[in-house]
Amino acid sequence: MCHQSVGLIAREVEAAGIPTLCMTSAYDITQAVNPPRAVFLNYPLGHQTGKPDDRENQRAIIRDALGAFETISRPGTIVKLPYVWDPNDRRWEESDYTPGFLPRRPDKEAADLIEQERRRRYTTANSG
Amino acid sequence: MPIDYIPRTRELYNAYAPYRWVVNGEPPPWTPLKKPLAQCKVALMSSGGVLYRDQPRFRREDASYRLIPKNAKRDELNIWHFGYPTRDAEKDPNCVFPLERMREFEAEGRIGELCDPGFTFAGGIYSARKVREELAPKIVEELRSRDVEAFYLVPA
Repeated sequence: MCHQSVGLIAREVEAAGIPTLCMTSAYDITQAVNPPRAVFLNYPLGHQTGKPDDRENQRAIIRDALGAFETISRPGTIVKLPYVWDPNDRRWEESDYTPGFLPRRPDKEAADLIEQERRRRYTTANSG
Repeated sequence: MPIDYIPRTRELYNAYAPYRWVVNGEPPPWTPLKKPLAQCKVALMSSGGVLYRDQPRFRREDASYRLIPKNAKRDELNIWHFGYPTRDAEKDPNCVFPLERMREFEAEGRIGELCDPGFTFAGGIYSARKVREELAPKIVEELRSRDVEAFYLVPA
């Protein structure tokens, strides 16, 4: 749904006169919603601009993606990036977004507590 | 090979009626870049549910968004989203909201300027109408009022 939402916003922004580029790791969803420019990265959901704490990986992906801003000339193009999550282990492709994959959403009470705790953290250590 | 997420979504939510994905057959709108990216003011947006310091969390079907100061530090960012595994993004928000990388690219001149602030929302919104009619027009205004010339969107 994230991919659909991003594509929908991109279309509206583009129609308002501002060029857009969407990252995507869900090719089928992006193809269906059809944003003006997109760059596909075959990584697990939640890593659309790269691996955690891997600055060089993130830089390479974003650099290539931004490059597509200038090279895509046909509306609706999805450029595929060559990066592979793990060349020795493709098992994530079988488990990504299957039952048991999503984090559990806390009930309202638990969510309120987490939020209170976060607020306290930033107001007591108010160094900014 | 790209994974087919549409059938997987159907399986994951098989207790519900199949979701009707948006299918836009006609060519998308198109606005050419007016100058090289190295001279453009670029804005960053993520649907990864990123919050800055004590900003309120996202709710279900929440079409609101948050403004993230361009110079936010990593430990000032938190994730609130239940549509993807957030562990890595909590550790390093640049996985879905690459603010630090975009600041580097600005400093190196790869982009002309990085818009302050960046924008985030929680993208798992079922209602496409809500996204199109409530969220998108506000984002258009935010970008216009800041003279943004290129918009980079990252889903999660």
